[in-house]
Amino acid sequence: MENGRSSSGKKDTSVCEIPSVAAGEIAAICKTHGNDKHRMLDILRDVQDRYRCISPSALNRIAEATGLTRIEVEGVASFYSFLSLTPRGRISIRLCDDIVDRYTGLEAVTSVFEEVLGIRVGETSPDGAFSLEYTPCIGMCDQAPAAMINDVVLTKLTVETARHFAKTLKSGQSPEDLISDRFASLTPHERATRMVDNNVRHAGDVLLGPVPEEAGLNHAIGMTPTQIFTAIEESGLRGCGGAGFTTGRKWRFAASERAEQRFVICNADEGEPGTFKDRVLLTERPQLIIEGMTIAARAIGASEGILYLRGEYVYLRELLEQALEERRRRGLLGENILGIRGFNFDVRLQLGAGAYICGEEGALISSCEGLPGEPKTRPPFPVNRGYLGFPTVVNNVETFCHAARILDRGARWFRDIGTEGSHGTKLFSICGDCLNPGIYELPYGHTVWEILERVGGEDAAAVQVGGPSGTMIARDSFHRKLTFDDLATGGAIIVFNGKRNILEIVEYYMSFFVHESCGYCTPCRVGNVFLQKAIRKFRKGLANPEDIEYLKDLSGTIIETSRCGLGMTSPNPVLTTLQNFPLVYAAVTKPNKDGIRDTFNIQSAIDGARKIAKRRSYIFDRDFTQ
Amino acid sequence: MSGTKKETGFSFTIDGVEVTAYAGQTIMEAADEAGVYIPRLCDHQGLRHQGSCRVCTVKAGGRSVAACTQPAAPGQAVENETKHLNKMRRDLVEMLFHEGNHLCPICEASGNCELQAMAYRLDMTETTRFPYLEPCRALDASHPDIALDTNRCISCGRCIRASQDVDGKGIFGYVGRGIHRRVAVNGENLADTDAEVSDHAISREVCPVGCIIRKRVGFVTPIGEREFDNGLIGHEIEEKRK
Repeated sequence: MENGRSSSGKKDTSVCEIPSVAAGEIAAICKTHGNDKHRMLDILRDVQDRYRCISPSALNRIAEATGLTRIEVEGVASFYSFLSLTPRGRISIRLCDDIVDRYTGLEAVTSVFEEVLGIRVGETSPDGAFSLEYTPCIGMCDQAPAAMINDVVLTKLTVETARHFAKTLKSGQSPEDLISDRFASLTPHERATRMVDNNVRHAGDVLLGPVPEEAGLNHAIGMTPTQIFTAIEESGLRGCGGAGFTTGRKWRFAASERAEQRFVICNADEGEPGTFKDRVLLTERPQLIIEGMTIAARAIGASEGILYLRGEYVYLRELLEQALEERRRRGLLGENILGIRGFNFDVRLQLGAGAYICGEEGALISSCEGLPGEPKTRPPFPVNRGYLGFPTVVNNVETFCHAARILDRGARWFRDIGTEGSHGTKLFSICGDCLNPGIYELPYGHTVWEILERVGGEDAAAVQVGGPSGTMIARDSFHRKLTFDDLATGGAIIVFNGKRNILEIVEYYMSFFVHESCGYCTPCRVGNVFLQKAIRKFRKGLANPEDIEYLKDLSGTIIETSRCGLGMTSPNPVLTTLQNFPLVYAAVTKPNKDGIRDTFNIQSAIDGARKIAKRRSYIFDRDFTQ
Repeated sequence: MSGTKKETGFSFTIDGVEVTAYAGQTIMEAADEAGVYIPRLCDHQGLRHQGSCRVCTVKAGGRSVAACTQPAAPGQAVENETKHLNKMRRDLVEMLFHEGNHLCPICEASGNCELQAMAYRLDMTETTRFPYLEPCRALDASHPDIALDTNRCISCGRCIRASQDVDGKGIFGYVGRGIHRRVAVNGENLADTDAEVSDHAISREVCPVGCIIRKRVGFVTPIGEREFDNGLIGHEIEEKRK
């Protein structure tokens, strides 16, 4: 592949200019996507892949081709982490920087890559060959530390394997060579499972046990839309992405809206740190997912669907494209599905580009429309006016799978599994300090203790249920149940043993939310930065008792005034640890009698002036002889 | 804005005051007409509602919502001027002060600045608790008639909407994400765009702070005779009810 750098020979990586010959190529890329501004993410991804950056002139050309202004294109290009306005290496190495990776040797692995490639994290090598950076959770917490090398995923990295991989890349081999020397001859499924273990530890009856092909869809075609809504409602199915809205009602709302068109979107933007359940469904149950989408389309009268796959799961793209193609071939997608006249439905794959916020349904729709992944103003809700202004059902991967199974086995069957208010099974992705991290399909209603016994995590000191936006609980709460009414979770359960520093975990999670806030509204954009800084103060041992009130107060403002679910939950790591681990905070809090703030550091305060004046202070310089 | 006014009005209350609204109206639109002021920074008359500064947060139906985007509902009891809500609003205004570099004594917008005026209205008189982020953003003085000092920008996006929807130009837009999200121009710098000093987006009423600067007119109106020297922000709406 051609280098996107200019031929000036200067080692300046801050400028990225494409040779003028590329003008036609950029126009061609735009044309393959119909010069459609709603396909902006596809266009920008292609340009990024081709040139390793999106240069100012590329912005201009894309704007011309799609009829947008340059600033609109730049707004999208600068929003997503996987797109870059400055050049990245031909091989882009993204080390997963989740707290679980940090606890399994990320630092040592990072040092190896830095040493072998001769660049630091955040840098691109002068010859444009490599760039090295950190990225938040890529959904591999059960096999951490993990990394993305372009579109290839490496897992369970050690110092030894990292050294081997880095050297192999440096010798000029492709990322695919790291997986297999006969990568080209592997099937998409083989490729995916060579890279990533499924780690299914317990298969339940609904999703991971034997699933008959198209049984749900075959039932659905004999039912009226109302019968389908009723069946889904009666099953008690609630959204599996975390929010838990009643699925049947969502479908009914979308169907009852008067509109020319309707859309079905599958949310496969699984980004909550510690969550990797959809990864396994996408790998092992792609047909069931699309079957569920097709049933939803049949019920609400949609003819188009989108499967929004997070950019981190790009390694599953061809597997999913193959599944879609197979369904088209078998008459299960396309026109007159199963021979029924007028039953038309097809699905396109939309790849994300590194933005946690796109898991929020409004932001996901924005992203599908080619916009920055910003949540939309509610009301109107997506079921009323969603994708391109049409009624849209957005459901999680797991939800669609459940829906297909419910139509096969009946509402009663599903309702009888689990507990009152939380019916059916749930995929739990369990990781951290336990013997058997992986996927467990279990009915709702288990206690945290029961889960820990099953995964070999009995010595846990803390469990993060539902990822950072969920709840961090201590041992005195392990009797609590995993249900919507007690401990709700989109599936993530992260186990921490007694050696882990709670405040370090909280600081990490706050830095995650700071990184992933879209920045649209004030409290989330600014408030989370303040929370992160305040936690840092605790970690440095500079906090006063009043700072605990400050944390609660600031958290309250962020939660109450934020525009979407990210800001409404981002203070949870702080609040739930304050509640459940008060001693952790108390231990590092010192009352100050003199009223002087410990955070005021005279050294750093006078540093600037000292440099300008080229003088030092007899009083405040610690060591005047320096 | 007020959209299609249907004959069928309905009533709801804001802090106990009965207000009439029409189908499709937001809480703020109805409140403005009735002479009830709800503090706001990103919302501005004649521009699309954005709901991003969150200063207009009110309680409606037990939930905290942005009054500028939330449709009014019949019979609803909306809370506006409560101690709790004004505290939240003060927090948000403080956040905006701390996010940028707002040095009122040396800013030519002082006295005309809505951020400053909002701080006075919300009684932001004590030392703030938040850390200063002290960003360092380059000044854009490339244009002969206009300068941009985005250190003072509060990301309200009023210039973006004014340029897009009123001027039909699209000179401004947001770039970046999270704390790095900011207003930028459609080109290398402002001189590279087709911005004119006569644009609505450039007019004094659109930028609530001192970010968009019209050159050579900064002190034509002396301090002491400026907009908010005459009264609290929002008084002209509140006077409708008196």
